[in-house]
Amino acid sequence: MKFLDEYRDADAAAALVRAIGRAATRPWTIMEVCGGQTHTIVRYGLDTLLPPGIELVHGPGCPVCVTPLEMIDRAHAIAAKPGVTFCSFGDMLRVPGSTGDLLRLKSEGADVRVVYSPLDAVNIAAANPGRQVVFFAIGFETTAPANAMSAWMAKKRGLTNFSLLVSHVLVPPTIAAILAAPDNRVQAFLGPGHVCAVVGCAEYEPLVEQYRVPIVVTGFEPIDLLDGVLGAIEQLEAGRAEVENRYARAVRPDGNLRSRQLLADVFEVCDRKWRGVGLIPNSGWRLRDEYRAFDAEHRFTVGDIETQESEVCISGEILRGLKKPHHCPAFGTECTPQTPLGATMVSAEGACAAYHAYGRHLEPLGIRVPARA
Amino acid sequence: MTIKGFGDCPVPRTDYDRILLGHGSGGRLTADLIGKLFLPAFGGANATALEDSATLTLGEGGGRIAFTTDSFVVRPVFFPGGDIGRLAVCGTVNDLAVAGATPRFLAAAFILEEGLPLADLRKIAASMRAACDEAGVELVTGDTKVVDRGKGDQVFVTTTGVGVFPPGRSLSIRNARPGDRILVSGTIGDHGVAILSVREGIEFETVLESDVAPLAGLADTMLTACPSIRCMRDPTRGGLAGVLNELAVASKVGVRVTESKLPVRAEVRAACEMLGLDPVYVANEGKLVAVVPADDAERLLATVRKHPLGRNAALIGTVTDGRAGFVTMESLVGGERVVPVLAGEQMPRIC
Amino acid sequence: MCLSVPGKVVETYHEHGVLMGKIDFGGVRKAACLEHVPDVTVGEYVLVHVGFALSRVDEDEAKRIFSFLEEFGQLEELEEPAG
Repeated sequence: MKFLDEYRDADAAAALVRAIGRAATRPWTIMEVCGGQTHTIVRYGLDTLLPPGIELVHGPGCPVCVTPLEMIDRAHAIAAKPGVTFCSFGDMLRVPGSTGDLLRLKSEGADVRVVYSPLDAVNIAAANPGRQVVFFAIGFETTAPANAMSAWMAKKRGLTNFSLLVSHVLVPPTIAAILAAPDNRVQAFLGPGHVCAVVGCAEYEPLVEQYRVPIVVTGFEPIDLLDGVLGAIEQLEAGRAEVENRYARAVRPDGNLRSRQLLADVFEVCDRKWRGVGLIPNSGWRLRDEYRAFDAEHRFTVGDIETQESEVCISGEILRGLKKPHHCPAFGTECTPQTPLGATMVSAEGACAAYHAYGRHLEPLGIRVPARA
Repeated sequence: MTIKGFGDCPVPRTDYDRILLGHGSGGRLTADLIGKLFLPAFGGANATALEDSATLTLGEGGGRIAFTTDSFVVRPVFFPGGDIGRLAVCGTVNDLAVAGATPRFLAAAFILEEGLPLADLRKIAASMRAACDEAGVELVTGDTKVVDRGKGDQVFVTTTGVGVFPPGRSLSIRNARPGDRILVSGTIGDHGVAILSVREGIEFETVLESDVAPLAGLADTMLTACPSIRCMRDPTRGGLAGVLNELAVASKVGVRVTESKLPVRAEVRAACEMLGLDPVYVANEGKLVAVVPADDAERLLATVRKHPLGRNAALIGTVTDGRAGFVTMESLVGGERVVPVLAGEQMPRIC
Repeated sequence: MCLSVPGKVVETYHEHGVLMGKIDFGGVRKAACLEHVPDVTVGEYVLVHVGFALSRVDEDEAKRIFSFLEEFGQLEELEEPAG
């Protein structure tokens, strides 16, 4: 596939690894914020190719993982109501709430459907006027335009049976929260390319200035990530701290102006709790009053929600880059993708789930193979 | 902090009090169900071998037969490239064929949902007959039950098959030796992606066809040309990764595959990219994996590629004396990763 | 987060007043909303996330990394002459 295959080329990767080896004179710790990037790193074994001392730590960029438990429980309460058709992305179905997941609700008779796009959920609502269709609108800035568009279209088409359960989260306040923590050890960030394709790079400038930390915006293929690591190391070695766009094939400095306008029309900033991390001020989006009629939280009343998180789980520390999945005593034992205890094991993009899928729970046995000579 | 090794700890929790969908995925939950519930209940010398087919010896001096059964539930019942009937015949025939047996007789049991159009059932029956003819088997007995509307999903089919072993033939998933090569008979992931591509909510505008086909002829050609083949398997649920892990565990060997050698159709790969799936975990219904001594590998590959069902065959990896029970993969860019068994159902990873 | 795949626009049309397109992803076609890439023309590539085109793929920028790698290769050859 064009724009994918060439970014997975082994010779190009090897050359980049050599370039990284030349550029790095000492150890550096770099965080990739985005769960999709974590997935690529683990799937292609990119970290096994890097020189020793260059450590990649995995950030909180899995929207499925960080959706707060209260919101999951709320989703389950709404999905269980008669007359409701509950639509969701596939990876949200297995996320456990306080009592089971959407798949279990489905097996008990709830109308739960996987959709590829929120726009499909609008069409389901139009085709089923007798049912209340709810879409679970989770995600970072990348997913927000599609979700906003679904609300906009429902309004335009005059649908009274469509609503969004919104749990949007934003990247820059999260990076700020990581950097502000006294125990932070992240020295540079790989910026989330698809988020920046929507909102642009400007929001990262104040972070770079305040914390003197390089942020290199990059893509999601192996070559993109190695190139991002190279960019981060070049800045760190030179003592520079800048926002650098190395994903210019998709990211314009201002992002997508149409998307930004729609987002401003539909959403407003709010505080948001992150599963495993806690409340981060101004780190989310909710529907504006003009779209209240499409807000599932207003349309459906659900009883008090009391939640209980695992005491063993260290997902908060993992999300902030302080620990890796295999540092958790429950990893691969009590906590597996079938029996997740916390945020980072619940979605394929969560660091724990990605480590598990690619066998990293086996590493303590010494089976990790060194990089090709 | 001390990192506890996987082997030192209790195995992942399996104390579910209900069946989850994942118990049918062919992954670790399925293995748990067999190991902890069925084997304690049924396990005898013949059942504990856990091959795709049981090998039974009939009486003193009698011949050896292969015996297997499989149930088929698929939605939609008619999918691009096949239907549940063809799938039910091929699935059972293939389990016999990869055991090294010549498939001979099938039984079929139908569970029909009230309201199923007769025309659909007729189509399924015709398709089963055609698949039997292709595979050279006879469907000799059957059964039909009807359940209330809503208690079944149109039609479920169970097929049971008997095959006969030619004298001297013995294949086993326990037979792999370090140095052996691993062959796959064609592109992987075709069936699973074909099913997903027509599933409600995911539909593509492009038709992707399932690879469902009876492998009896191909398996026989391979075993005749290359009697040194150690074992064969058909990578259905759980995909290629599932079979390679079974091999590594049963033969107590390491398995190492090279991602760039895996044959994957361009459209299947594209579909997997879009849905965030890994083709090594996607089901196949017309492919087999064979383990063969290195000296015979190239000759076997040439033989397989001459067969209509083996044109895209490839040697994808080797059996190693590395850590027993583990499958590793050299990624496209040269990095290393472990390829474990899929935990449960592979979900489209969209966000 | 945010699985986005590059695909080629093969057709554009309007549905309920919204700009849509048929996108070819390596031989597999699926519809996507093009409302936020209004200037896109047939034959161009867009990055699609959950059925929604986020941005156009810039062909010139896409080559940058490979020009860098070519220069880097030449530099390596100069430093370590073959033989």
